[in-house]
Amino acid sequence: MQSPKPPKQYPKPPEGTWTEHYPELGTAPVSYESCISPEFYQLEREAIFKRAWLNVGRIEQLRRRGSFFTKNLAVASTSLIVVRGTDDKIRAFHNVCRHRGNKLVWTDHPGEETSGTCRQFACKYHGWRYELDGRLSYILQEGEFFGIDKADYGLVPVHCDVWKGFIFVNFAKEPKQTLTEFLGPMITAIDYPFEKLTERYYYRGDIRSNWKVFLDAFQEFYHPPILHGHQNPVMRGADYQEQGFYTMHFQAEGPHRVGSTSGGAGGQLVPEFYNPIERVMRSGLFGPWDVSEIVTGQLPPGLNPGNKKRWGLDSFQIFPNFAIVFWETGWYLTYHYWPTAHDRLLFEANAYFTPPRSVREHLAQQLGIATIKEYALQDCGTLEATQMGLESRAISAFPLGDQEFMCRHLNKVVDDWVRDYQRSRADG
Amino acid sequence: MADALLPPEFSDLEPFAKTWCLASEPERYAKRLASTMEEMQAFYDAIFPRAEAAIAYLDTFPLHDLPDDARRLMHLLYSLIMVSFPIEIWKQPCIPDTGTASFELKIEPIP
Repeated sequence: MQSPKPPKQYPKPPEGTWTEHYPELGTAPVSYESCISPEFYQLEREAIFKRAWLNVGRIEQLRRRGSFFTKNLAVASTSLIVVRGTDDKIRAFHNVCRHRGNKLVWTDHPGEETSGTCRQFACKYHGWRYELDGRLSYILQEGEFFGIDKADYGLVPVHCDVWKGFIFVNFAKEPKQTLTEFLGPMITAIDYPFEKLTERYYYRGDIRSNWKVFLDAFQEFYHPPILHGHQNPVMRGADYQEQGFYTMHFQAEGPHRVGSTSGGAGGQLVPEFYNPIERVMRSGLFGPWDVSEIVTGQLPPGLNPGNKKRWGLDSFQIFPNFAIVFWETGWYLTYHYWPTAHDRLLFEANAYFTPPRSVREHLAQQLGIATIKEYALQDCGTLEATQMGLESRAISAFPLGDQEFMCRHLNKVVDDWVRDYQRSRADG
Repeated sequence: MADALLPPEFSDLEPFAKTWCLASEPERYAKRLASTMEEMQAFYDAIFPRAEAAIAYLDTFPLHDLPDDARRLMHLLYSLIMVSFPIEIWKQPCIPDTGTASFELKIEPIP
């Protein structure tokens, strides 16, 4: 048992700062016009969300042949059907009947997502039927149509590929990169036993901010001692209130980035640094205190890329809107930030644990996910406030510190992708 | 008691069972927001000192094969987790400064 260690500063790259280690980022104050402009949002939809690989789920959601789920993506003005075929291949299609454009798969409310298992998809309107691989197999009164060939009327496919059980789609006609090329060495180095963490909790929320305003809040560790100082007895301490908290390691590669921090799990501190419920349930913000078998022995490859001692978590930010957070005690979180307008998003958080073997382990996971909601909702109120502040346009450039390296990187990458798109359009 | 909801060993918590044995997070969160601090404090004060014993009792059963009364006791512990935030931290039912934001727990693996 020990008292919390005071905030520690970590060695930085030879240039002196994380930011200057990536000279293309610059150090100047940045504009957040990209978060308040409806026009910029329209550009992002084309330049980013219709060209990058987007994660839409995991293969555990498609356990059997014929298992499917639909995914609404307002950012691409579409709904997808993602399905495991009779050949076990995962495919994605626009969720639209080729006949008269009816949304093909839905239950009760056409605007809501659904899932299930089936042998084929039948349209609710006139009964056209499609195989799991998208082929049109049946037209009612086929003879009444004019020179129709069913082979020409399959479901409209969307590029779909799977990395480590994560299902990605790409709306480009021909993606510039394969999924593996897009993810790059830093992400594909991650060799985590995702398939063993099947105990899934899923939150979603409709939040009134630009998607990047939210993403930025969850990709810097500068704010926790202040915004979350009440909830966390360690952050409440004078050391952290006066000195703040430092990230151990930052790294960027292509459009993706990672930040790693020190740990805080396991109940190693003297009892007064935990809320009473945490002591009873042996769990809290860092998840269950008792380490899952995932991390006993060697840490899975690709994690802790800075090779730091006292490592606690990695926050991998996969461009554009997907994050995976790995925790030292052997569980992980994913976040998805799906814009629905320039000032609104659908936020999704999934927590994945190994299946609990006892009530005690189950309750520890329950406290972990309950704690996430308390923290995240605190962030959300602030996000609305930030959106309002930005929209005043009273200020046009904002200083970002070295601890906000990842915010600056995202800002730059978004800008680069939009410029690249504009150039390609200008070049015709 | 013929109409007891909880295991006999935890009959002292019976007065809270009808109100706080809630299986799903949305129900518990709604109950929390609809409760006064006095109501939640009374529940917390009764169950917190019994939590360790309740977990030990529940651990004598397989997680996925709990008798009904034991499952309800576990639901009561879920509610302890829910009220711990207003009681231990916020001193009010809702999370401060959350504006209009809300999170729905859409999938939760409940044994």
